[in-house]
Amino acid sequence: MAIGNVDAVRIASRPPLRARFRELLDREAFLGPVFVTPALLLILLLVAYPFCMAVYFSLSNAFIGRPSQLVGLRNFINLWQSDAFRQTFQNAFVFTGASMTLKLVLGISLALLLNQQLWFKRAIRGAVLLPWVIPTVLSVLGWTWMFNSLYSVVNWTGIHLGLMDPPGPNWLGQKYYAMTAVVAVNVWRGLPFFAITILAGLVSIPKELYEAAEADGAGPFARFWHVTLPLLKPVLAIVVLFSTIFTFSDFNIVFVLTHGGPINSTHLFATLARQVGLETGRIGEGAAISLYLFPALAFVVWAQLRFIRRHAN
Amino acid sequence: MGWKARKLTRKIAMHLLVLPFLVFAVFPFYHMTLTSLKQDRELYDRNAIPLLITQGPTLEHYTKLIWDTGFLTWIKNSLLVTFLATAVSLVIGTIAAYALARLRFFAVGSFGTGIFVTYLVPTSLLFLPLAQVVNWLGLADSKWALVVTYPTFLIPFCTWLLMGYFRTVPKEVEECAMVDGATRIQALWRIVLPIAVPGLVCAALFAFTLSWNEFIYALTFTSSSDQITASVGVTQELIRGDIYFWGSLMAGAVLASVPIVILYVFFLDYYVSGLTAGALK
Repeated sequence: MAIGNVDAVRIASRPPLRARFRELLDREAFLGPVFVTPALLLILLLVAYPFCMAVYFSLSNAFIGRPSQLVGLRNFINLWQSDAFRQTFQNAFVFTGASMTLKLVLGISLALLLNQQLWFKRAIRGAVLLPWVIPTVLSVLGWTWMFNSLYSVVNWTGIHLGLMDPPGPNWLGQKYYAMTAVVAVNVWRGLPFFAITILAGLVSIPKELYEAAEADGAGPFARFWHVTLPLLKPVLAIVVLFSTIFTFSDFNIVFVLTHGGPINSTHLFATLARQVGLETGRIGEGAAISLYLFPALAFVVWAQLRFIRRHAN
Repeated sequence: MGWKARKLTRKIAMHLLVLPFLVFAVFPFYHMTLTSLKQDRELYDRNAIPLLITQGPTLEHYTKLIWDTGFLTWIKNSLLVTFLATAVSLVIGTIAAYALARLRFFAVGSFGTGIFVTYLVPTSLLFLPLAQVVNWLGLADSKWALVVTYPTFLIPFCTWLLMGYFRTVPKEVEECAMVDGATRIQALWRIVLPIAVPGLVCAALFAFTLSWNEFIYALTFTSSSDQITASVGVTQELIRGDIYFWGSLMAGAVLASVPIVILYVFFLDYYVSGLTAGALK
Protein backbone atom coordinates (compact mmCIF):
# COMPACT_ATOMS: atom_id res chain seq x y z
CA MET A 1 0.00 0.00 0.00
CA ALA A 2 2.63 2.51 1.02
CA ILE A 3 5.30 1.22 -1.36
CA GLY A 4 5.74 4.57 -3.13
CA ASN A 5 6.69 6.30 0.08
CA VAL A 6 9.08 3.61 1.27
CA ASP A 7 11.01 3.77 -2.01
CA ALA A 8 11.21 7.53 -1.85
CA VAL A 9 12.71 7.29 1.59
CA ARG A 10 15.29 4.69 0.59
CA ILE A 11 16.54 6.69 -2.36
CA ALA A 12 17.51 9.64 -0.23
CA SER A 13 20.74 8.81 1.63
CA ARG A 14 19.64 10.52 4.86
CA PRO A 15 15.89 10.97 4.84
CA PRO A 16 14.80 14.26 6.37
CA LEU A 17 12.99 13.97 9.67
CA ARG A 18 9.66 14.99 8.21
CA ALA A 19 9.73 12.26 5.63
CA ARG A 20 10.64 9.67 8.22
CA PHE A 21 7.74 10.84 10.37
CA ARG A 22 5.42 10.68 7.38
CA GLU A 23 6.47 7.14 6.73
CA LEU A 24 5.94 6.22 10.35
CA LEU A 25 2.40 7.61 10.24
CA ASP A 26 1.63 5.36 7.30
CA ARG A 27 2.38 2.25 9.31
CA GLU A 28 -0.75 0.73 10.79
CA ALA A 29 1.12 -0.64 13.77
CA PHE A 30 2.17 2.91 14.65
CA LEU A 31 -0.80 5.02 13.58
CA GLY A 32 -3.34 2.70 15.21
CA PRO A 33 -2.01 3.09 18.76
CA VAL A 34 -1.47 6.84 18.20
CA PHE A 35 -5.10 7.24 17.19
CA VAL A 36 -6.53 5.32 20.13
CA THR A 37 -4.23 6.81 22.78
CA PRO A 38 -6.30 9.93 23.61
CA ALA A 39 -9.45 7.88 24.09
CA LEU A 40 -7.53 5.25 26.03
CA LEU A 41 -5.94 7.77 28.40
CA LEU A 42 -9.25 9.43 29.09
CA ILE A 43 -10.96 6.13 29.79
CA LEU A 44 -8.14 4.97 32.06
CA LEU A 45 -8.07 8.21 34.06
CA LEU A 46 -11.78 8.98 34.25
CA VAL A 47 -13.48 5.59 34.04
CA ALA A 48 -11.16 2.74 35.01
CA TYR A 49 -9.43 4.62 37.82
CA PRO A 50 -12.66 5.91 39.42
CA PHE A 51 -14.02 2.39 39.20
CA CYS A 52 -11.07 1.10 41.22
CA MET A 53 -11.62 3.96 43.64
CA ALA A 54 -15.27 2.97 43.97
CA VAL A 55 -14.17 -0.53 44.90
CA TYR A 56 -11.69 0.85 47.43
CA PHE A 57 -14.25 3.24 48.94
CA SER A 58 -16.82 0.51 49.25
CA LEU A 59 -14.34 -1.53 51.31
CA SER A 60 -13.47 1.40 53.60
CA ASN A 61 -15.18 3.66 56.09
CA ALA A 62 -14.52 6.73 53.93
CA PHE A 63 -16.32 9.84 55.08
CA ILE A 64 -16.13 13.25 53.37
CA GLY A 65 -13.01 15.07 54.54
CA ARG A 66 -11.62 12.34 56.81
CA PRO A 67 -8.87 9.75 56.30
CA SER A 68 -10.29 6.31 55.70
CA GLN A 69 -9.48 2.77 56.76
CA LEU A 70 -10.29 -0.51 55.11
CA VAL A 71 -13.16 -2.30 56.81
CA GLY A 72 -13.61 -5.27 54.48
CA LEU A 73 -17.13 -6.14 53.45
CA ARG A 74 -18.71 -4.38 56.41
CA ASN A 75 -20.44 -1.75 54.25
CA PHE A 76 -22.05 -4.39 52.09
CA ILE A 77 -23.20 -6.38 55.13
CA ASN A 78 -24.50 -3.33 57.00
CA LEU A 79 -26.40 -2.22 53.94
CA TRP A 80 -27.95 -5.61 53.47
CA GLN A 81 -29.24 -5.42 57.02
CA SER A 82 -30.68 -1.92 56.69
CA ASP A 83 -34.36 -1.44 55.86
CA ALA A 84 -33.74 1.50 53.53
CA PHE A 85 -31.38 -0.55 51.39
CA ARG A 86 -33.59 -3.63 51.28
CA GLN A 87 -36.48 -1.44 50.25
CA THR A 88 -34.29 0.09 47.51
CA PHE A 89 -33.18 -3.33 46.33
CA GLN A 90 -36.78 -4.41 45.98
CA ASN A 91 -37.78 -1.11 44.35
CA ALA A 92 -35.07 -1.49 41.71
CA PHE A 93 -36.42 -4.84 40.58
CA VAL A 94 -40.08 -3.80 40.71
CA PHE A 95 -39.29 -0.59 38.83
CA THR A 96 -37.16 -2.28 36.17
CA GLY A 97 -39.51 -5.24 35.75
CA ALA A 98 -42.65 -3.14 35.45
CA SER A 99 -41.16 -0.50 33.15
CA MET A 100 -39.43 -3.00 30.90
CA THR A 101 -42.60 -5.07 30.45
CA LEU A 102 -44.70 -2.02 29.64
CA LYS A 103 -42.09 -0.51 27.32
CA LEU A 104 -41.75 -3.79 25.45
CA VAL A 105 -45.49 -4.38 24.99
CA LEU A 106 -46.32 -0.76 24.18
CA GLY A 107 -43.16 -0.37 22.09
CA ILE A 108 -44.04 -3.32 19.85
CA SER A 109 -47.63 -2.09 19.52
CA LEU A 110 -46.56 1.43 18.62
CA ALA A 111 -43.94 0.17 16.16
CA LEU A 112 -46.55 -2.01 14.43
CA LEU A 113 -48.82 1.03 14.13
CA LEU A 114 -46.05 3.29 12.83
CA ASN A 115 -45.24 0.66 10.22
CA GLN A 116 -48.70 1.14 8.66
CA GLN A 117 -49.53 3.61 5.92
CA LEU A 118 -50.14 6.80 7.88
CA TRP A 119 -50.78 10.41 6.97
CA PHE A 120 -48.23 12.90 8.32
CA LYS A 121 -45.76 10.06 8.85
CA ARG A 122 -42.83 12.37 9.59
CA ALA A 123 -44.77 14.57 11.99
CA ILE A 124 -46.06 11.55 13.87
CA ARG A 125 -42.56 10.10 14.22
CA GLY A 126 -41.28 13.47 15.36
CA ALA A 127 -43.95 13.70 18.03
CA VAL A 128 -43.40 10.13 19.21
CA LEU A 129 -39.65 10.66 19.58
CA LEU A 130 -40.00 13.96 21.45
CA PRO A 131 -39.93 12.64 25.06
CA TRP A 132 -36.60 11.00 24.29
CA VAL A 133 -34.82 14.18 23.09
CA ILE A 134 -36.04 16.77 25.59
CA PRO A 135 -33.79 16.97 28.70
CA THR A 136 -35.19 14.33 31.06
CA VAL A 137 -35.02 16.33 34.27
CA LEU A 138 -36.90 19.23 32.69
CA SER A 139 -39.72 17.11 31.34
CA VAL A 140 -39.89 15.23 34.63
CA LEU A 141 -40.36 18.60 36.30
CA GLY A 142 -43.44 18.94 34.10
CA TRP A 143 -44.63 15.53 35.31
CA THR A 144 -44.07 16.58 38.92
CA TRP A 145 -46.48 19.43 38.31
CA MET A 146 -48.93 17.10 36.55
CA PHE A 147 -48.93 14.88 39.65
CA ASN A 148 -49.13 17.80 42.11
CA SER A 149 -51.26 16.92 45.14
CA LEU A 150 -53.58 19.93 44.76
CA TYR A 151 -53.57 20.88 41.10
CA SER A 152 -52.93 17.55 39.35
CA VAL A 153 -54.14 17.69 35.76
CA VAL A 154 -54.07 13.88 35.76
CA ASN A 155 -56.61 13.77 38.56
CA TRP A 156 -58.69 16.58 37.03
CA THR A 157 -58.94 14.65 33.78
CA GLY A 158 -59.59 11.36 35.58
CA ILE A 159 -62.37 12.88 37.66
CA HIS A 160 -64.02 14.58 34.70
CA LEU A 161 -63.91 11.37 32.68
CA GLY A 162 -65.50 9.58 35.63
CA LEU A 163 -62.47 7.33 36.15
CA MET A 164 -61.55 8.61 39.62
CA ASP A 165 -63.44 9.71 42.71
CA PRO A 166 -62.55 13.24 43.80
CA PRO A 167 -60.03 14.28 44.97
CA GLY A 168 -58.14 11.40 43.29
CA PRO A 169 -54.91 9.81 44.50
CA ASN A 170 -52.04 11.80 45.94
CA TRP A 171 -49.63 10.44 43.35
CA LEU A 172 -46.30 11.40 44.82
CA GLY A 173 -47.27 11.14 48.47
CA GLN A 174 -48.50 7.56 48.71
CA LYS A 175 -46.31 4.50 48.47
CA TYR A 176 -47.79 2.47 45.61
CA TYR A 177 -49.02 5.48 43.68
CA ALA A 178 -45.54 7.01 43.80
CA MET A 179 -44.03 3.84 42.31
CA THR A 180 -46.77 3.83 39.66
CA ALA A 181 -45.95 7.46 38.81
CA VAL A 182 -42.21 6.77 38.56
CA VAL A 183 -42.82 3.75 36.31
CA ALA A 184 -45.27 5.74 34.16
CA VAL A 185 -42.72 8.51 33.58
CA ASN A 186 -39.98 6.00 32.80
CA VAL A 187 -42.25 4.32 30.25
CA TRP A 188 -43.11 7.70 28.76
CA ARG A 189 -39.46 8.62 28.41
CA GLY A 190 -38.25 5.18 27.19
CA LEU A 191 -41.05 4.28 24.79
CA PRO A 192 -39.64 6.27 21.81
CA PHE A 193 -36.40 4.30 21.91
CA PHE A 194 -38.29 1.00 21.88
CA ALA A 195 -40.79 2.05 19.22
CA ILE A 196 -38.31 3.60 16.77
CA THR A 197 -35.72 0.81 17.09
CA ILE A 198 -38.32 -1.95 16.78
CA LEU A 199 -39.78 -0.09 13.80
CA ALA A 200 -36.40 -0.27 12.10
CA GLY A 201 -36.44 -4.02 12.73
CA LEU A 202 -39.96 -4.32 11.27
CA VAL A 203 -39.05 -2.41 8.12
CA SER A 204 -36.19 -4.82 7.44
CA ILE A 205 -38.46 -7.91 7.42
CA PRO A 206 -38.98 -8.95 3.75
CA LYS A 207 -42.56 -8.46 2.50
CA GLU A 208 -42.46 -11.82 0.68
CA LEU A 209 -42.50 -13.68 4.00
CA TYR A 210 -45.85 -12.13 4.88
CA GLU A 211 -47.21 -12.83 1.41
CA ALA A 212 -46.11 -16.44 1.68
CA ALA A 213 -47.67 -16.78 5.15
CA GLU A 214 -50.89 -15.20 3.90
CA ALA A 215 -50.98 -17.60 0.96
CA ASP A 216 -50.68 -20.45 3.46
CA GLY A 217 -53.78 -19.11 5.17
CA ALA A 218 -52.16 -17.48 8.19
CA GLY A 219 -54.30 -14.77 9.83
CA PRO A 220 -52.91 -11.47 11.14
CA PHE A 221 -52.23 -12.92 14.58
CA ALA A 222 -50.52 -16.04 13.25
CA ARG A 223 -48.41 -13.88 10.93
CA PHE A 224 -47.32 -11.73 13.87
CA TRP A 225 -46.55 -14.77 16.02
CA HIS A 226 -44.76 -16.93 13.42
CA VAL A 227 -43.15 -14.32 11.14
CA THR A 228 -42.79 -10.94 12.85
CA LEU A 229 -41.83 -11.97 16.35
CA PRO A 230 -39.12 -14.54 15.47
CA LEU A 231 -37.49 -12.16 12.98
CA LEU A 232 -37.66 -9.32 15.46
CA LYS A 233 -35.84 -11.30 18.13
CA PRO A 234 -32.32 -9.89 17.53
CA VAL A 235 -33.57 -6.30 17.65
CA LEU A 236 -35.68 -6.99 20.72
CA ALA A 237 -32.73 -8.59 22.50
CA ILE A 238 -30.50 -5.56 21.90
CA VAL A 239 -33.19 -3.08 22.90
CA VAL A 240 -34.03 -4.99 26.06
CA LEU A 241 -30.39 -5.33 27.12
CA PHE A 242 -29.65 -1.66 26.56
CA SER A 243 -32.76 -0.47 28.26
CA THR A 244 -32.32 -2.81 31.23
CA ILE A 245 -28.99 -1.21 32.06
CA PHE A 246 -30.28 2.32 31.90
CA THR A 247 -33.56 1.59 33.66
CA PHE A 248 -31.89 -0.31 36.47
CA SER A 249 -29.37 2.48 37.04
CA ASP A 250 -31.83 5.34 36.52
CA PHE A 251 -31.33 8.46 38.59
CA ASN A 252 -33.00 11.48 36.98
CA ILE A 253 -36.64 10.48 37.11
CA VAL A 254 -36.73 9.42 40.74
CA PHE A 255 -34.51 12.27 41.89
CA VAL A 256 -36.77 14.95 40.44
CA LEU A 257 -40.16 13.29 40.86
CA THR A 258 -40.08 11.83 44.36
CA HIS A 259 -36.54 12.18 45.76
CA GLY A 260 -36.89 8.51 46.72
CA GLY A 261 -39.89 9.08 48.94
CA PRO A 262 -42.34 8.65 50.45
CA ILE A 263 -40.34 6.72 53.10
CA ASN A 264 -37.84 5.27 50.59
CA SER A 265 -40.60 3.61 48.61
CA THR A 266 -39.22 4.79 45.25
CA HIS A 267 -35.48 4.97 45.98
CA LEU A 268 -33.26 3.29 43.37
CA PHE A 269 -29.59 2.39 43.80
CA ALA A 270 -28.37 5.62 42.24
CA THR A 271 -30.59 7.96 44.24
CA LEU A 272 -29.89 6.18 47.54
CA ALA A 273 -26.15 6.20 46.75
CA ARG A 274 -26.27 9.94 46.27
CA GLN A 275 -28.26 10.52 49.45
CA VAL A 276 -25.96 8.35 51.58
CA GLY A 277 -22.69 9.23 49.86
CA LEU A 278 -23.09 12.98 49.39
CA GLU A 279 -25.95 14.29 51.49
CA THR A 280 -24.90 12.44 54.64
CA GLY A 281 -21.23 12.15 53.63
CA ARG A 282 -20.74 8.38 54.08
CA ILE A 283 -18.84 7.90 50.81
CA GLY A 284 -17.84 4.33 51.63
CA GLU A 285 -21.40 3.22 52.08
CA GLY A 286 -22.54 5.25 49.08
CA ALA A 287 -19.95 3.58 46.86
CA ALA A 288 -21.05 0.19 48.15
CA ILE A 289 -24.65 0.97 47.14
CA SER A 290 -23.52 1.91 43.63
CA LEU A 291 -21.51 -1.29 43.41
CA TYR A 292 -24.58 -3.39 44.20
CA LEU A 293 -25.55 -2.30 40.68
CA PHE A 294 -22.48 -3.93 39.29
CA PRO A 295 -23.34 -7.67 39.22
CA ALA A 296 -26.56 -6.96 37.37
CA LEU A 297 -24.80 -4.64 34.93
CA ALA A 298 -21.94 -7.07 34.41
CA PHE A 299 -24.39 -9.81 33.57
CA VAL A 300 -26.22 -7.67 31.02
CA VAL A 301 -22.97 -6.49 29.41
CA TRP A 302 -21.73 -10.06 29.20
CA ALA A 303 -24.98 -11.19 27.61
CA GLN A 304 -24.83 -8.33 25.15
CA LEU A 305 -21.23 -8.98 24.11
CA ARG A 306 -21.99 -12.65 23.62
CA PHE A 307 -25.05 -11.81 21.59
CA ILE A 308 -23.20 -9.35 19.33
CA ARG A 309 -20.31 -11.76 18.75
CA ARG A 310 -22.67 -14.57 17.85
CA HIS A 311 -24.53 -12.37 15.38
CA ALA A 312 -21.37 -10.91 13.92
CA ASN A 313 -20.13 -14.39 12.96
CA MET B 1 -68.37 -1.86 1.01
CA GLY B 2 -65.87 -1.52 -1.80
CA TRP B 3 -62.23 -2.40 -1.58
CA LYS B 4 -61.22 1.25 -1.54
CA ALA B 5 -63.67 2.20 1.19
CA ARG B 6 -62.48 -0.69 3.32
CA LYS B 7 -58.92 0.41 2.91
CA LEU B 8 -59.82 3.94 3.97
CA THR B 9 -61.70 2.72 7.05
CA ARG B 10 -58.67 0.66 8.02
CA LYS B 11 -56.41 3.66 7.58
CA ILE B 12 -58.63 5.84 9.78
CA ALA B 13 -58.76 3.10 12.41
CA MET B 14 -54.95 3.00 12.46
CA HIS B 15 -54.82 6.73 13.08
CA LEU B 16 -57.31 6.41 15.91
CA LEU B 17 -55.09 3.75 17.48
CA VAL B 18 -51.97 5.95 17.17
CA LEU B 19 -53.78 8.88 18.77
CA PRO B 20 -53.51 7.77 22.44
CA PHE B 21 -49.75 7.27 21.97
CA LEU B 22 -49.42 10.76 20.49
CA VAL B 23 -51.38 12.33 23.32
CA PHE B 24 -49.27 10.46 25.87
CA ALA B 25 -46.03 11.63 24.19
CA VAL B 26 -46.92 15.27 23.60
CA PHE B 27 -49.33 16.22 26.37
CA PRO B 28 -46.68 16.88 29.07
CA PHE B 29 -45.03 19.45 26.80
CA TYR B 30 -48.35 21.08 26.01
CA HIS B 31 -49.18 21.29 29.69
CA MET B 32 -45.74 22.66 30.58
CA THR B 33 -45.97 25.42 27.98
CA LEU B 34 -49.52 26.23 29.03
CA THR B 35 -48.55 26.45 32.70
CA SER B 36 -45.64 28.76 31.92
CA LEU B 37 -48.01 31.18 30.18
CA LYS B 38 -50.69 31.28 32.88
CA GLN B 39 -51.10 33.99 35.46
CA ASP B 40 -50.55 32.83 39.04
CA ARG B 41 -54.16 33.68 39.82
CA GLU B 42 -55.38 31.09 37.36
CA LEU B 43 -52.55 28.65 38.02
CA TYR B 44 -53.54 28.23 41.67
CA ASP B 45 -57.28 28.38 41.14
CA ARG B 46 -58.67 24.93 41.89
CA ASN B 47 -61.84 25.63 39.95
CA ALA B 48 -60.05 26.62 36.77
CA ILE B 49 -59.78 24.23 33.85
CA PRO B 50 -56.13 23.07 33.77
CA LEU B 51 -56.24 22.22 30.05
CA LEU B 52 -56.76 25.76 28.78
CA ILE B 53 -55.86 29.37 29.51
CA THR B 54 -59.12 31.13 30.32
CA GLN B 55 -58.00 34.23 32.21
CA GLY B 56 -55.53 35.59 29.67
CA PRO B 57 -51.91 34.58 28.99
CA THR B 58 -48.88 36.33 30.46
CA LEU B 59 -45.13 36.38 29.87
CA GLU B 60 -44.51 37.38 33.49
CA HIS B 61 -42.92 34.05 34.42
CA TYR B 62 -40.48 34.33 31.52
CA THR B 63 -39.45 37.90 32.31
CA LYS B 64 -39.02 36.99 35.97
CA LEU B 65 -36.92 33.98 35.03
CA ILE B 66 -34.65 35.95 32.73
CA TRP B 67 -34.18 39.09 34.85
CA ASP B 68 -34.46 37.86 38.46
CA THR B 69 -32.56 34.58 38.29
CA GLY B 70 -29.23 33.39 36.89
CA PHE B 71 -31.01 31.65 34.02
CA LEU B 72 -29.01 33.30 31.23
CA THR B 73 -25.73 32.38 32.97
CA TRP B 74 -26.88 28.78 33.30
CA ILE B 75 -27.75 28.67 29.59
CA LYS B 76 -24.36 30.17 28.75
CA ASN B 77 -22.62 27.55 30.91
CA SER B 78 -24.64 24.78 29.28
CA LEU B 79 -23.71 26.04 25.82
CA LEU B 80 -20.02 26.30 26.68
CA VAL B 81 -19.84 22.84 28.26
CA THR B 82 -21.89 21.24 25.52
CA PHE B 83 -19.96 22.76 22.62
CA LEU B 84 -16.54 22.02 24.06
CA ALA B 85 -17.35 18.50 25.24
CA THR B 86 -18.95 17.71 21.89
CA ALA B 87 -16.01 19.05 19.88
CA VAL B 88 -13.37 17.23 21.95
CA SER B 89 -15.31 13.98 21.91
CA LEU B 90 -15.95 14.16 18.20
CA VAL B 91 -12.25 14.58 17.35
CA ILE B 92 -11.02 11.90 19.75
CA GLY B 93 -13.90 9.60 18.83
CA THR B 94 -13.31 10.01 15.10
CA ILE B 95 -9.65 9.01 15.15
CA ALA B 96 -10.28 6.15 17.57
CA ALA B 97 -13.15 4.89 15.43
CA TYR B 98 -11.02 5.08 12.29
CA ALA B 99 -8.25 3.09 13.96
CA LEU B 100 -10.69 0.47 15.21
CA ALA B 101 -12.53 0.17 11.92
CA ARG B 102 -9.56 0.20 9.54
CA LEU B 103 -6.14 -0.38 11.07
CA ARG B 104 -4.60 -3.63 12.27
CA PHE B 105 -2.43 -3.24 15.32
CA PHE B 106 -1.63 -4.68 18.70
CA ALA B 107 -4.68 -5.44 20.89
CA VAL B 108 -7.11 -3.68 18.56
CA GLY B 109 -9.81 -6.22 19.36
CA SER B 110 -9.67 -5.84 23.11
CA PHE B 111 -9.61 -2.07 22.76
CA GLY B 112 -12.84 -2.27 20.77
CA THR B 113 -14.42 -4.41 23.49
CA GLY B 114 -13.18 -1.93 26.11
CA ILE B 115 -14.85 0.96 24.30
CA PHE B 116 -18.09 -0.95 24.09
CA VAL B 117 -18.05 -1.86 27.78
CA THR B 118 -17.31 1.78 28.71
CA TYR B 119 -20.22 2.81 26.51
CA LEU B 120 -22.50 0.67 28.69
CA VAL B 121 -21.25 1.98 32.04
CA PRO B 122 -24.01 4.20 33.42
CA THR B 123 -22.97 7.59 34.82
CA SER B 124 -24.75 6.79 38.07
CA LEU B 125 -22.19 4.06 38.84
CA LEU B 126 -19.14 6.33 38.99
CA PHE B 127 -20.24 9.79 40.09
CA LEU B 128 -19.05 9.39 43.70
CA PRO B 129 -15.37 8.54 43.04
CA LEU B 130 -15.31 10.80 40.00
CA ALA B 131 -16.18 13.70 42.32
CA GLN B 132 -12.92 12.93 44.14
CA VAL B 133 -10.93 12.87 40.91
CA VAL B 134 -12.49 16.21 39.96
CA ASN B 135 -11.36 17.59 43.34
CA TRP B 136 -7.80 16.41 42.76
CA LEU B 137 -7.76 18.01 39.35
CA GLY B 138 -8.62 21.27 41.10
CA LEU B 139 -11.92 21.53 39.25
CA ALA B 140 -14.32 21.28 42.19
CA ASP B 141 -17.43 23.41 41.66
CA SER B 142 -16.34 24.47 38.19
CA LYS B 143 -18.04 24.02 34.84
CA TRP B 144 -14.68 22.87 33.46
CA ALA B 145 -15.13 19.69 35.48
CA LEU B 146 -18.02 18.93 33.13
CA VAL B 147 -15.97 19.69 30.01
CA VAL B 148 -13.45 17.11 31.26
CA THR B 149 -15.89 14.43 32.43
CA TYR B 150 -18.58 14.49 29.73
CA PRO B 151 -16.21 12.98 27.13
CA THR B 152 -16.12 9.84 29.30
CA PHE B 153 -19.55 8.90 28.01
CA LEU B 154 -19.46 10.86 24.74
CA ILE B 155 -16.25 9.35 23.32
CA PRO B 156 -17.32 5.70 23.64
CA PHE B 157 -20.61 6.63 22.07
CA CYS B 158 -19.07 8.61 19.16
CA THR B 159 -16.47 5.91 18.57
CA TRP B 160 -19.08 3.18 18.49
CA LEU B 161 -21.36 5.08 16.13
CA LEU B 162 -18.59 6.22 13.76
CA MET B 163 -17.00 2.77 13.57
CA GLY B 164 -20.19 1.62 11.90
CA TYR B 165 -20.05 4.47 9.39
CA PHE B 166 -16.36 4.01 8.57
CA ARG B 167 -16.93 0.34 7.87
CA THR B 168 -19.44 1.28 5.17
CA VAL B 169 -16.79 3.30 3.28
CA PRO B 170 -15.27 0.87 0.79
CA LYS B 171 -11.61 0.16 1.54
CA GLU B 172 -10.72 0.37 -2.17
CA VAL B 173 -11.53 4.08 -2.37
CA GLU B 174 -8.97 4.81 0.29
CA GLU B 175 -6.39 2.42 -1.17
CA CYS B 176 -6.73 4.08 -4.56
CA ALA B 177 -5.86 7.44 -3.05
CA MET B 178 -2.85 5.92 -1.30
CA VAL B 179 -1.58 4.29 -4.47
CA ASP B 180 -1.75 7.77 -5.99
CA GLY B 181 0.68 8.97 -3.34
CA ALA B 182 -1.57 10.26 -0.58
CA THR B 183 -0.55 9.42 2.97
CA ARG B 184 -3.00 7.58 5.18
CA ILE B 185 -3.85 10.75 7.04
CA GLN B 186 -4.53 12.61 3.79
CA ALA B 187 -6.72 9.72 2.68
CA LEU B 188 -8.63 9.89 5.94
CA TRP B 189 -9.03 13.66 5.75
CA ARG B 190 -9.84 14.03 2.06
CA ILE B 191 -11.59 10.75 1.20
CA VAL B 192 -13.00 8.94 4.22
CA LEU B 193 -14.26 11.83 6.33
CA PRO B 194 -16.19 13.53 3.50
CA ILE B 195 -17.93 10.23 2.75
CA ALA B 196 -18.72 9.77 6.44
CA VAL B 197 -20.24 13.24 6.88
CA PRO B 198 -23.73 11.91 7.68
CA GLY B 199 -22.17 9.81 10.44
CA LEU B 200 -20.24 12.80 11.79
CA VAL B 201 -23.37 14.95 11.81
CA CYS B 202 -25.22 12.20 13.60
CA ALA B 203 -22.48 11.74 16.20
CA ALA B 204 -22.24 15.51 16.78
CA LEU B 205 -25.98 15.78 17.14
CA PHE B 206 -26.24 12.98 19.68
CA ALA B 207 -23.19 14.15 21.60
CA PHE B 208 -24.74 17.61 21.81
CA THR B 209 -28.06 16.20 22.99
CA LEU B 210 -26.49 13.83 25.54
CA SER B 211 -24.36 16.54 27.11
CA TRP B 212 -27.13 19.14 27.08
CA ASN B 213 -29.38 16.64 28.86
CA GLU B 214 -26.76 15.33 31.32
CA PHE B 215 -27.78 15.84 34.92
CA ILE B 216 -26.12 13.66 37.57
CA TYR B 217 -22.53 14.82 36.91
CA ALA B 218 -23.61 18.45 36.65
CA LEU B 219 -25.54 18.13 39.88
CA THR B 220 -22.64 16.48 41.71
CA PHE B 221 -19.65 18.45 40.42
CA THR B 222 -21.05 21.99 40.37
CA SER B 223 -23.17 23.96 42.81
CA SER B 224 -22.44 27.72 42.61
CA SER B 225 -25.02 29.68 40.70
CA ASP B 226 -22.43 30.97 38.21
CA GLN B 227 -21.09 27.49 37.38
CA ILE B 228 -24.18 25.30 37.05
CA THR B 229 -25.85 24.25 33.80
CA ALA B 230 -29.43 24.93 32.77
CA SER B 231 -30.93 21.64 33.96
CA VAL B 232 -29.30 21.94 37.39
CA GLY B 233 -30.24 25.62 37.68
CA VAL B 234 -33.87 25.06 36.82
CA THR B 235 -34.32 22.05 39.12
CA GLN B 236 -32.25 23.33 42.07
CA GLU B 237 -32.27 27.11 42.15
CA LEU B 238 -35.88 27.78 41.26
CA ILE B 239 -37.12 25.70 44.18
CA ARG B 240 -36.70 27.41 47.54
CA GLY B 241 -37.02 24.84 50.30
CA ASP B 242 -40.33 23.19 49.64
CA ILE B 243 -41.79 26.09 47.69
CA TYR B 244 -42.15 25.45 43.99
CA PHE B 245 -42.71 28.46 41.74
CA TRP B 246 -44.49 26.46 39.10
CA GLY B 247 -44.84 29.25 36.57
CA SER B 248 -41.12 30.05 36.49
CA LEU B 249 -40.19 26.37 36.76
CA MET B 250 -42.19 25.52 33.67
CA ALA B 251 -40.90 28.61 31.87
CA GLY B 252 -37.35 27.47 32.66
CA ALA B 253 -38.04 23.93 31.52
CA VAL B 254 -39.50 25.20 28.25
CA LEU B 255 -36.73 27.70 27.51
CA ALA B 256 -33.91 25.30 28.42
CA SER B 257 -35.35 22.76 25.97
CA VAL B 258 -35.36 25.24 23.08
CA PRO B 259 -31.83 24.52 21.74
CA ILE B 260 -32.57 20.82 21.57
CA VAL B 261 -35.96 21.39 19.96
CA ILE B 262 -34.38 23.58 17.27
CA LEU B 263 -31.80 20.91 16.44
CA TYR B 264 -34.53 18.32 16.54
CA VAL B 265 -36.78 20.11 14.06
CA PHE B 266 -33.95 20.48 11.54
CA PHE B 267 -32.32 17.09 11.97
CA LEU B 268 -35.20 14.75 12.81
CA ASP B 269 -34.11 12.17 10.23
CA TYR B 270 -30.61 12.04 11.68
CA TYR B 271 -32.05 11.42 15.11
CA VAL B 272 -34.13 8.54 13.81
CA SER B 273 -31.24 6.96 11.90
CA GLY B 274 -28.76 7.49 14.76
CA LEU B 275 -31.13 5.95 17.24
CA THR B 276 -31.46 2.82 15.18
CA ALA B 277 -27.78 2.66 14.17
CA GLY B 278 -26.27 3.07 17.61
CA ALA B 279 -29.00 1.56 19.79
CA LEU B 280 -28.71 4.34 22.29
CA LYS B 281 -29.07 5.07 25.94
